[in-house]
Amino acid sequence: MNETLHSHEAHIEHPGYGTFIGVWLLLLLLTGCLVGLSHVSQSYAVWGLLTLTPLKAGLVFYYFMHLKYEGPLFKIVILVTLGTLLIFFALLFSDVAFR
Amino acid sequence: MSGHVHRDDLGSRLGMWLFLVTEMVLFGGLFIGYSYMRYRYPAEFHHGGMELNATLGVINTLVLLTSSLTVVLSIVAVQRAEKQRAMALLSTTLVLGLTFLVIKGFEWSAKFHHGLYPNSAHLATLPPGEQVFFGLYFTMTGLHGVHVIAGLSVLGVMLWWVATDRIRQDRYIHLENSGLYWHLVDVIWIFLLPLFYLAA
Repeated sequence: MNETLHSHEAHIEHPGYGTFIGVWLLLLLLTGCLVGLSHVSQSYAVWGLLTLTPLKAGLVFYYFMHLKYEGPLFKIVILVTLGTLLIFFALLFSDVAFR
Repeated sequence: MSGHVHRDDLGSRLGMWLFLVTEMVLFGGLFIGYSYMRYRYPAEFHHGGMELNATLGVINTLVLLTSSLTVVLSIVAVQRAEKQRAMALLSTTLVLGLTFLVIKGFEWSAKFHHGLYPNSAHLATLPPGEQVFFGLYFTMTGLHGVHVIAGLSVLGVMLWWVATDRIRQDRYIHLENSGLYWHLVDVIWIFLLPLFYLAA
């Protein structure tokens, strides 16, 4: 019955163990940096939060969640979602600013 | 059953991603709420963050990051028809997920012993900003914890399906989609760590 399947996935070169272990090590390193920055000062902690955290999330999305190996449709869906959240964020803070 | 099997792995993954997008909006709303409240009560959030155990937060981050790695490696193992290794990796994920919940349980019970729990008498005596901080803390880590329990349940089924060859080299979309869910749970925790535990 499997002969009738025409999945193109079989022809795609899948990433091996090494790629993901490398990403994991990078994630651990970035977590260490984030914790280190939070001990330096409040402003360093905020900058760490704003830069390293999205970077870590991006690595998980791109590699662990296989976005690197997906077509543009998946990336568009996620970017539209993040864009929508950003618009809500901007609307809220523009309301706060002119209160 | 006829010889033709309808299968659309791409559509299946897209469906999973559309569900994950709703999860991102759910938590995104809470993150936006958090950012406004932190902007409004910076000192109280700083003080509230000092009450939390940053070490436990960091340990739980390492636990979840590693559990994400073992899920993604189990998919590689299935792709290579290494069934025993896939099962070992998935079992590791389950153990790590349970470890996360146990650590979380210790952390919450310590808070409860200090009179910090939703609607507690002690919480009502704290300044409004700290009440908001702990309200968000329990809501967001609690909602995340529910997702961890859901993810573990699904991954438990995946382990069973790998063992019974329902998931195998030519058919592993269920494992991929369950993995996607688990990674999103991991991503949410990546944000919760600096927002709460490193806020001080």
